[in-house]
Amino acid sequence: MQATIVEAVNDALHTEMAADDRVVVLGEDVAKSGGVFRATDELLEEFGGDRVVDTPLSEIAIVGGATGLAMYGYRPVAEIQFSGFLPPAFDQLVSNASRIRWRTRGALNAPMVVRMPYGAGVRALEHHSESLEGAYGHIPGLQIVVPSTPHDTKGLLLSAIRDPDPVLFMEPKRIYRSFREEVPEDDYEVPLGEAAVRREGEDVTVVAWGSMMPPTLEAVEEGDVDAEVIDLRTVSPMDAETVVESVKKTGRCVVVHEGPRSIGVGSDVVARINDEALMYLEAPVERVTGFDTPVPLLSMEDYYFPHPPRILDAMERALSV
Amino acid sequence: MSERESNDRSPSATGAGDGGARYLTQDDLEVPTHRIVAPDGSYNAGAVPDLDDEELRDLYRWMVTDRVFCRRMVNIQRRGELGTFGSTRGQEASIVGSASTLEPDDWLFVGRAWTPMFMRGVPMRDMILFWRGIEEGQKSFAEHNSQIAISIGSHLPLAAGVSWGMDLDDGDAVTTAYLGDGATSTGAAHEAINLAGALRLPALFFCQNNQYAISTNFESQTGASTIAQKALAYGIDAIRVDGQDVLAVYDAVSTAKERVRQGEPVFVESVTYRLDAHTTSDDPTRYRDDEEVERWEEDDPIERYRSFLEAEGLWDDIDHDAIVEEIEAEFDEALAAANEFEQRGVEELFAYVYDEMPPELARQLAEFEDLLERRPEMYDYVEQRPKG
Ligand SMILES: Cc1ncc(C[n+]2csc(CCOP(=O)(O)OP(=O)(O)O)c2C)c(N)n1
Repeated sequence: MQATIVEAVNDALHTEMAADDRVVVLGEDVAKSGGVFRATDELLEEFGGDRVVDTPLSEIAIVGGATGLAMYGYRPVAEIQFSGFLPPAFDQLVSNASRIRWRTRGALNAPMVVRMPYGAGVRALEHHSESLEGAYGHIPGLQIVVPSTPHDTKGLLLSAIRDPDPVLFMEPKRIYRSFREEVPEDDYEVPLGEAAVRREGEDVTVVAWGSMMPPTLEAVEEGDVDAEVIDLRTVSPMDAETVVESVKKTGRCVVVHEGPRSIGVGSDVVARINDEALMYLEAPVERVTGFDTPVPLLSMEDYYFPHPPRILDAMERALSV
Repeated sequence: MSERESNDRSPSATGAGDGGARYLTQDDLEVPTHRIVAPDGSYNAGAVPDLDDEELRDLYRWMVTDRVFCRRMVNIQRRGELGTFGSTRGQEASIVGSASTLEPDDWLFVGRAWTPMFMRGVPMRDMILFWRGIEEGQKSFAEHNSQIAISIGSHLPLAAGVSWGMDLDDGDAVTTAYLGDGATSTGAAHEAINLAGALRLPALFFCQNNQYAISTNFESQTGASTIAQKALAYGIDAIRVDGQDVLAVYDAVSTAKERVRQGEPVFVESVTYRLDAHTTSDDPTRYRDDEEVERWEEDDPIERYRSFLEAEGLWDDIDHDAIVEEIEAEFDEALAAANEFEQRGVEELFAYVYDEMPPELARQLAEFEDLLERRPEMYDYVEQRPKG
């Protein structure tokens, strides 16, 4: 079938809820209204009110409750309505979900997924536009998955739900419906922790993920650059090997992310390259990122967002040395 | 010994002798709802608050303002001139009754309520700018001691803290936090209200129970039968009021404020209904039926108050159409002013992050300005936004 990213989310949930009756979907407005982005549409009708639950307005209860359900043996898939509302539940991620296995020395685990739309570009209010994968990636024990295509979205979400450890699944809402592609009706997994090479090239490696994939690919096309484009897909734990191997080949690298620059995921990509491919570098690694400022409200949010000209500019800089 | 210390916290001997453990249930609490004007327009004349005719007419005027403003905002949103908007249609009595008690030095933290800011001098233009995602609008909010909280419940600890400061200052002003029924489920709300109860912080928590938090109805939000009763668990007294009755809300909130001014926290639950969608991006037909909406529509707070004004002989002095016209004109002017709001520069993104811009931010700004100069095609990607 041809599906958008948000339809792929919905399809993955239908698939896995049908396959595994331990899967429970919970969150604000996920049941009766099918989620504010319709990601959980028709789940209530198909699987009933025990397995598709409208919770009270409490992110702490959603994430902490999901953790308890998971410890007990269920497979909760929790939705946080917008990523900007995860912070109240940060404590549950840090203090509980990510360390149940560690704390119990493997006796218990938390096989759970917290899904949430993230990123700017949809004209929303304050707190609706953040890209804080860097902050969440800093939590040991938590996996941060960020799909960028409908096909990957379904396969990654199925892997995430089946994974024995907690996954924060960040959905790039700006491209939720911006394109369709073929998504198999049947069950398939895209493995967590593996980057994808979206395009092979010889001259420069460009690393991006989630909402930044379309502008990155556009910049490469527009600049007519022979770039190798890597989609990280899992931000943490990071597949550094794919990045490093590519940089060994191209000798140049640009990292693109929407979140703030400092202490960000891009810094870590640079560090991995320094660790393992420094001697192959022919130019400093460039970073194209959001600014170290709050994401502006909607009238100016498009200035915050790395657009193709900024990405292209960085690629040209990397290539000019 | 203070009153609190005298509270005996050791268990008293309930059911002594008969061996039966007894449940304390919700039914043990009787939670009355304060009302002055009934839905049919009849009213308890003895309970009418002591307001002069002008003030009584003002209540009407402000309720109409709230309604007209929301209608116009929904309309311009549909024309693509706003990002999104949350209407307060149906909640006019709850909003105006409570906000009429505001003094200029009071602090206000709102969830769903915009007109209170107009009542304290915020220009409509700035509210339009806010919903267009232009930060500048919030400057005048702050100048009038007002804030809108988008992260639900996040403002309640702030309100507790500000009222704490007022308490330390022995001031006479009041901090009011508006919140919704949904907000009462957040951790922040529990922790803030508990703090106010424990430290006796003179805050007013004004909860508009409009029956929904997006699609989640009140029954799914909590197992409690009222929100007011929750306050008791925090050691705070509460008033539950009919939020469709502007006089009762005014009365309840003024009564509560007297208590707050004496240094005690108070919780008010105002029972009302959100007639429009949660926001312009919401589709309420997915989760509520027309009959329910019609039932509430029949109990229109503005109409209910009108019956009172008629009975009091005050209606003849009110020219409803003229009021609407005036507000429409005010809105037109505000919209024109918002449309004229100048295009800004990118430095605006970097201002106000810190008191002084750190070198790294200055560098990011300079790099970006340089890029915009060198690659004007950047502007092709900066889509045309709703005006501004
Ligand atoms: C912490 C947080 N979680 C989720 C949201 C998304 N959201 C916006 S409004 C809303 C419902 C609010 O309901 P209520 O508190 O009853 O206020 P109302 O809008 O009905 O006045 C939700 C869930 C949010 N803004 N903040």
